[in-house]
Amino acid sequence: MTDVAERVAHARAAASPARVALELRDVRKRFGKTEIIRGATLAVNAGERVAIIGPNGAGKSTLFNLVSGRFAPSSGEILLDGQRIDGMAPHRINRLGLARSFQVSNLFARLSVFENLRCAVLWSLGYRYAFWRFLSDLRDANERAEELLAMLHLERRRDALAMNLTYAEQRALEIGLTIAGGASVVLLDEPTAGMSKSETRRFVQLIRDVTVGRTLLTVEHDMGVVFGLADRIAVLVYGEVIAFDTPEAVRADPRVQEAYLGSVLARTQAEEA
Amino acid sequence: MDQTVINILNGLSSGLLLFMLSSGLTLIFSMMGVLNFAHAGFYMLGAYVGYASSRIVGFWPALAVAPVVVGALGAVFERLCLRRVHRYGHVPELLVTFGLSYLILELVQVVWGRAPVAFDPPAVLAQPAFTLVQSAATGLSVVLGHADAATCAHAACTTFPATRAFMMLVALLMLLALWLLLRHTRVGLVIQAALTHPEMAEALGHNVPRVFMLVFGAGCALAGLAGVIGGTTFVTEPSMAAAIGPILFVVVVVGGTGSLVGAFVGALLIGLLQTVPLTVDKSLVDAASALGWHVSTDSAAYPLMKLTLAQVAPILPYLLLVLILILRPRGLFGTRE
Amino acid sequence: MTGDVFHFRPYNVGRWAVWGGYGLLLLVAPLVFSSSLSQTLLSQMGIAIIGCLAYNMLLGQGGMLSFGHAVYSGLGAFLTIHALNRVGAGTLHLPVGLLPLVGGATGLVFAALFGFVTTRKSGTTFAMITLGIGELVASMSLMLPEFFGGEAGVSSNRVVPPAVMGISFGPQIQVYYLIASYCFVCTGLMFAFTRTPLGRMLNAVRDNPERVAFIGYDTQRVRWFAFMISGLFMGIAGGLGAINFELATAEVVGAQRSGAYLLFTYLGGATAFFGPIIGGVLMVLATVVLSELTKAWLLYLGLAFMVMVMFAPAGVAGLVLANLRLAAFGKLRPMLRWYGGLVVAGGIAFFGASMMIEMLYHLQLNEALGPVMKFCGFPVNVRNPVAWMAALTQVLSGGLAFELVRRRVVVQWEAAQADIERELKRREAA
Repeated sequence: MTDVAERVAHARAAASPARVALELRDVRKRFGKTEIIRGATLAVNAGERVAIIGPNGAGKSTLFNLVSGRFAPSSGEILLDGQRIDGMAPHRINRLGLARSFQVSNLFARLSVFENLRCAVLWSLGYRYAFWRFLSDLRDANERAEELLAMLHLERRRDALAMNLTYAEQRALEIGLTIAGGASVVLLDEPTAGMSKSETRRFVQLIRDVTVGRTLLTVEHDMGVVFGLADRIAVLVYGEVIAFDTPEAVRADPRVQEAYLGSVLARTQAEEA
Repeated sequence: MDQTVINILNGLSSGLLLFMLSSGLTLIFSMMGVLNFAHAGFYMLGAYVGYASSRIVGFWPALAVAPVVVGALGAVFERLCLRRVHRYGHVPELLVTFGLSYLILELVQVVWGRAPVAFDPPAVLAQPAFTLVQSAATGLSVVLGHADAATCAHAACTTFPATRAFMMLVALLMLLALWLLLRHTRVGLVIQAALTHPEMAEALGHNVPRVFMLVFGAGCALAGLAGVIGGTTFVTEPSMAAAIGPILFVVVVVGGTGSLVGAFVGALLIGLLQTVPLTVDKSLVDAASALGWHVSTDSAAYPLMKLTLAQVAPILPYLLLVLILILRPRGLFGTRE
Repeated sequence: MTGDVFHFRPYNVGRWAVWGGYGLLLLVAPLVFSSSLSQTLLSQMGIAIIGCLAYNMLLGQGGMLSFGHAVYSGLGAFLTIHALNRVGAGTLHLPVGLLPLVGGATGLVFAALFGFVTTRKSGTTFAMITLGIGELVASMSLMLPEFFGGEAGVSSNRVVPPAVMGISFGPQIQVYYLIASYCFVCTGLMFAFTRTPLGRMLNAVRDNPERVAFIGYDTQRVRWFAFMISGLFMGIAGGLGAINFELATAEVVGAQRSGAYLLFTYLGGATAFFGPIIGGVLMVLATVVLSELTKAWLLYLGLAFMVMVMFAPAGVAGLVLANLRLAAFGKLRPMLRWYGGLVVAGGIAFFGASMMIEMLYHLQLNEALGPVMKFCGFPVNVRNPVAWMAALTQVLSGGLAFELVRRRVVVQWEAAQADIERELKRREAA
């Protein structure tokens, strides 16, 4: 969809009364004696695009793992559209409308690109564990998979096995698998990691296209991407959300500057000394 | 009473033998992620090599020779075969050890024949370690070695073989040595590091492939040691691997894969579970009639209920396996999948 | 040589040709190989094919390694044979031809029962659990002689009058056609399964069990259902076996049988659908024919298996497909002379090695028969050092030649693969 049309659709979605799609209330996670997430609180509105930033080791991936159900939080609550999902099995959370992508592409290596996408749409189309129907007869699943293929610009690689794709193609397929099921809340874990400038630009456009009307939560390191894509930014430092505001406000927040620049300042001071 | 004590000791000694085996298996599995299907085969190899070398150099040197030989064979296998399939994943590694188990069985039969061999313990172990004397007059007493015929004429005497006592001793020494090695030596530290972060350990200059080879060899050497002792205590024959193999895996699953403590507790539990019920000649039918129900011989459940606990003893470990899987899937002390 | 799996894609006309050919083969085989030994072998092959295909549903398609799968075919066999006895006694009114379905139902029920617990885990833990359950059932078989018939097993008679249209299942050829019909239908059904949502999700679970949960599927459920369907077909195979042999002993649930399914399915090739068909054929040839030819057959089997796992993990089917791929790009012909070299060198080495193995076995097991044994028709004196030297020389020279040719083959192979990759890219860009 064109840039203008996309921005209009997005603004329209944002203009409707804010509904909290995803909420974290004082979520904590401990591994053994180490507390990685120490009371994260966050409320993401429906249709919003939120970027999570923070220094390395802040716990961003762990947060995603908690929300998507890979781990259960040690304490605290996670709510999806008002429903508690903390401690639920990942597939149940997914069925409630939350999907995630992975930092390291997590694909079905020996299936083709098309098959990968088709698998991802099966549950949402209601096919469950059917062994009495042929895949080739499932018109809606096949059409949806073709649509996704086109959206991801992977038509030429339709029958290539996922393990034979290039890195960027795998990242695209990764996103495809995430949004295929029609989830309303999408979590993207460092989607543009390892990409060149031009690839990143194309990818951000892809992300915009596929997340129209959905709630997006993305972990990012590339500040250009963050400021271009996000409605609000959450800053995660040492397992706590120290700021959650519009990009401009976050940029100006002294605590954020401290967390990011503090180390730089300390180094320059040491050099001067 | 004396019977019970001896039974429990028998169970414990079997359990400790199982521990010698399951510790090697757990070590290999924890360090390398490889489930050594041929572990029972190396146990058998240890018994046969122990037998062969004891005929040349005597039992006590054989106790040292056999584990070394078996460990070396294990290391060679790791170098030639396992290393090659390492990159294909864990399933091919398991499969290659599966194939090896066939190979070991056939080779043992070709070299030593299909009949049991007479792997006799040395004279000092061929006698009872102690005898429990239960008499109406003096109650329960312990006599080292044999109790004389006169005493036994008027009382119940049960002996505990020295071979079993020796088995327990070696197993406990081995446990101590393992613990010391892993906790207090540099080698142990490297092994623990290679366990969780092999690439990092390699980047730091440690030769991880070599560590793997050593660990596999060491695990097999432990199995070989267990084999010498097991072979001389029990029978050394080609079917000894198949007899102990599946139980070994039950121990590992029940105790929790990847945990040495789990291997210890699981082994003792299974050892006791296999031995202690052997003395109970009662069945569910008996239990029912004690409660006042009479189970007729025509009822559908009769064939099942008439089995005495002693007859059912061999499958109790497997029933425990199923129970654990339902109630606590990661095993008693399991830490990893 | 693990590369990507080459999907042989004969669409439509090709598909009819393949299935028609398969059916024709099943139909015509006993007429071409008409000796009674052949008919026996073919019957057993039909059963083994169903068993291996069912096993591969878990191994190749689901990535689940089961060490105790003979439980399901074995229990199916036992229930079928009891049913057969009841049919013969007149207390059960079922045509003999439908009895394998009794076996199928048995397999399904027990797979549902045991599978529920087993599929809670995956990978190596799953394998150990299947081993434990296999041993559990095998041990129980000796404890319940009422059902399992003790040491002698349970026997029966498959001829139950009246004969319908002359079919009494007395002659082996009639039993063969019964087995062949089931084999054709079961193969078709299992192939169809691979084209269904559950079948495809099973593949997804094999490739990435974690991701499956994140697209909405319960991984354990997928595995459990596949386990049940596999158990169903294993049970059918067991039931056919019961009818064929008119006997079911504790061995049919034993660890050896389970191991055989694993071994031969893997040898045949777990990554292609038709691999287990090859595996089933090999299973019967090895256990019936090879075991008669040499006492060392288990050794050869173990060695072959290890070699396959190390050098050709995709099995015979994988080798066939890889070479078909070469042929499709016109690269096979130049390789053939090198393959010929491998075969000759390998053949010499193998001949020498097998001579030594046979001599060893003869020394150990056949002492009483004297020092002269027959090896491929030649008399060989095992006590003569010349014989040993000759064998050793063959092994060394053949082995050396093999290694030299192998290196050349690898170089040629890699070059051919690179050419193919370039060609594929060129076609894609066009």
